[in-house]
Amino acid sequence: MTTSTLKGKPTTATAATRRPLTPGRVGLQVFLIIDSLLWLFPVLWAVINSFRDYAYTAQHGYVSFGGFTLQNYVNAWQQADFGRTLLNSAIITIPAVLLTLFLSSCIAFVVARFSFRFNLVLLGVFTAANLLPPQALLIPVYRMFRSIQVPFWFSDSGTLLNSFWGLIAVNVAFQTGFCAFVLSNYMKTLPREMYESAVVDGAGVLRQFFQLTLPLCRPALAALATLEVTWIYNEFFWATVLIQSGEKFPVTSSLNNLRGEFFTDNNLVAAGSVLVALPTLIIFFVLQRQFVAGLTLGSTKG
Amino acid sequence: MARPSTEAEYLARMVPSSAAGVSRRSVLRGALGAGALLAAPPLLASCSSSSPSGSSGGGTAPATGTVSLGSNQSDATPKAAVQSVMDAFQKANSGLTVKINTIDHNSFQENINNYLQGAPDDTFTWFSGYRMRFFAAKDLAGDISDVWGNISGMSDALKKASTGDDGKQYFVPSTYYPWAIFYRKSVWAEKGYKPPKTLDELKTLGAKMQQDQLIPIAFADKDGWPAMGTFDQLNLRINGYDFHVSLMAGKEDWSGDKVKKVFDTWKGLLPIHQTDSLGRTWQEAAQALQQKKAGMYLLGAFVAQQFTKGAEQDDLDFFTFPEVDSTIGTDAIEAPIDGYMMSKRPKNEDGAKKLLAYLGSSDAQNIAVKADPSVIATNDKADQSGYTALQKKSAEFVKSAKSIAQFLDRDTRPDFASTVMIPALQSFIKTPDDIDGLVKNIQQQKLSIFTT
Amino acid sequence: MTITNARTAAPSSRDRAGKRRRYRGIDQLGGLDRLVIILMVVVPTLLLIWLVWFPAVGSVILSFTNWDGIGPLSSIKFIGLKNYVDVVTIYPPFWPAVQHNLIWLAVYFLVATPLGIFFAVLLDREIRGTRIYQTAIYLPVVLSLALVGFIWQLIYSKDQGLINGLTGSTIDWYGDPRFNLWAALVAATWKQTGYVMLLYLAGLKGVDPSLREAAKVDGANERQTFFRVVFPVMAPINIIVLVITVIESLRAFDLVWVINKGRNGLELIATLVTQNVVGEASRIGFGSALATFMLIISTVLIAVYLRIVMREQR
Repeated sequence: MTTSTLKGKPTTATAATRRPLTPGRVGLQVFLIIDSLLWLFPVLWAVINSFRDYAYTAQHGYVSFGGFTLQNYVNAWQQADFGRTLLNSAIITIPAVLLTLFLSSCIAFVVARFSFRFNLVLLGVFTAANLLPPQALLIPVYRMFRSIQVPFWFSDSGTLLNSFWGLIAVNVAFQTGFCAFVLSNYMKTLPREMYESAVVDGAGVLRQFFQLTLPLCRPALAALATLEVTWIYNEFFWATVLIQSGEKFPVTSSLNNLRGEFFTDNNLVAAGSVLVALPTLIIFFVLQRQFVAGLTLGSTKG
Repeated sequence: MARPSTEAEYLARMVPSSAAGVSRRSVLRGALGAGALLAAPPLLASCSSSSPSGSSGGGTAPATGTVSLGSNQSDATPKAAVQSVMDAFQKANSGLTVKINTIDHNSFQENINNYLQGAPDDTFTWFSGYRMRFFAAKDLAGDISDVWGNISGMSDALKKASTGDDGKQYFVPSTYYPWAIFYRKSVWAEKGYKPPKTLDELKTLGAKMQQDQLIPIAFADKDGWPAMGTFDQLNLRINGYDFHVSLMAGKEDWSGDKVKKVFDTWKGLLPIHQTDSLGRTWQEAAQALQQKKAGMYLLGAFVAQQFTKGAEQDDLDFFTFPEVDSTIGTDAIEAPIDGYMMSKRPKNEDGAKKLLAYLGSSDAQNIAVKADPSVIATNDKADQSGYTALQKKSAEFVKSAKSIAQFLDRDTRPDFASTVMIPALQSFIKTPDDIDGLVKNIQQQKLSIFTT
Repeated sequence: MTITNARTAAPSSRDRAGKRRRYRGIDQLGGLDRLVIILMVVVPTLLLIWLVWFPAVGSVILSFTNWDGIGPLSSIKFIGLKNYVDVVTIYPPFWPAVQHNLIWLAVYFLVATPLGIFFAVLLDREIRGTRIYQTAIYLPVVLSLALVGFIWQLIYSKDQGLINGLTGSTIDWYGDPRFNLWAALVAATWKQTGYVMLLYLAGLKGVDPSLREAAKVDGANERQTFFRVVFPVMAPINIIVLVITVIESLRAFDLVWVINKGRNGLELIATLVTQNVVGEASRIGFGSALATFMLIISTVLIAVYLRIVMREQR
């Protein structure tokens, strides 16, 4: 079962392979250390520079040391209005993730639990949707949203365009496929006997779903939730084209504000980038296991 | 009963009629203060087309309520300028409040189609020229000919620039700025340069500047549109204003000799332009001028925004693009006009028209030009005594011009400008060798677009 | 616990012992249950059809028109294949964009994917710090591609970037059309490698260890074991990784868009579509023709992907 962590294989005869410090082994470690540093470098560079004052680096160039300040973060926060944009991102991401997980569990449940003729077709329809390029769908979605009038408490623009719900709906539609696929794989591994005894007890499908299936799927749901939060938070294209008023932009699109019309202060951009990356980085470090599990669940069988 | 078109109306209808009247306005104010972000939209025509909702209240009472304004002036200085103008307007019209909806400059223009068809504000900032006529013809802008009946101080040329294809006015000019070749007086005095009057003089001057270790002409085209300024100036000088207008309207052959001559001349000038322009923004090029690394820059007067107010801005001067053909001369210039329009179905039509009338008046423009000294007012009666030297010269410059063009991306179809001309000009700047192929391709694309 | 897959077998309702099972599948459901199941299927499916499949078809249809996005749908005029002809013959950015997309694909395929596989193989063993190394390499995966563009700007910027600061060169890495595609690709590969590594690592964990043992017994060294034994067994994973590689390269957009909106050497089909339909240009018909190209290519790839994946389901 591959809800594996990355601690390594459990019981293969590896005890013996740990010890001898052959030159090959040392070489490997050195190689890996260098690569890891190389990979971490751009992010570290951004973090370092975000703490440096622009006047200093303008004078001494970037290959220097000194000029540390927190001012960039203050400026970035204000100029890009991060308080508001992060809130917008939360408003978009959280409902989207919850809805995605719910809808995809529904589909996965039906597909995994019952057999009927269109199982695979359905799954195929969902999975394929995840892989289409969003640019190709832009105009019809845009026009539809603009034509659908909704009450004001739902969206203050009167239509689905420039409304959070429209953006949420699109994100849900795009992500449901992947989650459905992963969850159906996972749900297939749940024992059938469990359902049978539930039926004997007189439980209807709803109860089976909510009381049996979903709780057991918690690991997979957690993994997918982590993944989806990251992906929807990072989503850039739809947020840029479907949202039109500046105050509704989520944080990823608002980064463009920092580049602005005028002089590009790279330290400011670095601070802004770190701020934008922070939520995903935090999730990543805290929930790393789930994140990895989510991705790997999707690519391998059960 | 027609569907309520604003949240305020929607809430107001919940107030029983016995308490209506005075309380309606307080409900409106309260509803708006309760955090509605955008003034809500008029209906879309997908449903039955009901009559446009007029201003609140009824009858012939003086305009009251709220007028919304969509503004693309998102940078600090212009934004503050707009705010002060609106404050003054509200002071003079106590029944009206203006709600400013500021959108990032580039996003506003990019989303204009969506904006106008979706939920536009009552009034919005825009530009004159084809871009304005385009939307008027597509029935997306409101007819404000009656507002023009009350505006005084606008020249005929400005009125013409505000008129749509059907003869009605759709635009109120507010400010404009000329395009010219800017330079720093102190640098030129030091090196003994004089403004060139002909193309040959320009080339000679450029060569001299290169010898003096200066970049002759600063140049930037990362965003795609600045290079259009150079094209326009050359076209105006080589082929004249009428041909230019006709070319922009899609009526001339781009692959003909006249346009080829423009590109050929430009190719001859490229050696004295700043290199690697496609990776440089206009702000950076302006900084090269400010840092005395470049001798000249062909740009709009907004180049002054990159110079600090006071001595530095005063050091700026400009001259018109030199003459190429003596039969044509230099009496045609480019001075894009910025202003305001009314959306097709504003919620507060009376208020919107009042606002537009005010914006066209000298009072409003005085405030605007004071806050942003790179632009000048369109109204003749505006107070020019407070003008900086640069503004005074700009005003004189524009006044003495016989013909005023707007700028390529305002004079021609937007899709042609952005999807054909931007890549074409960028590719020309990158490799100016195959001019024949370039213009032929532009012509082919033009035929494809302009027939639709 | 053995999990009988009687479900996927023929709809016989007898288990191995021949006893009648109590539950027979959908036909045995009562009214409420049926309703619930139908809803559970229909609601998500409708959402998907509404926001994904219907627009996809819509885009294809629009590509045969010359609509400019303004006005009611009834004003649309059909012009046949004119948009396609125009795109292929007289639209200068198109072929460079195709070329760039192919280069993008090639780099992903020849650099990012092998590198990811390489790291996966290296880190699949029991070595100290494997977790740290993995974390370092797939850290970029959690960053948005747009954000990646900004972070790398600190390295690539002409006046303030690290490269020019260290080497003294004045190349504008993001702005010079000779280099900017490659600069963008380095940044994109930086992110993509971790993604591939992750997928492959998971696949490697699923490889039966006895295969490796057998190979070892036969005297194969590491490299031979991998190429002759492990790699072939991972065929489904390999194909999935391949398809994902191609799809990601086709969808490349965010990074290039934040650099310069996809001009001057960074043209990609996705940016061309966006330039044509978003913004004042509003060449809907024309942009949809470009989008249809993307859809066709995607559909082919998706079909391949589905075949592999669905085959695994049986």
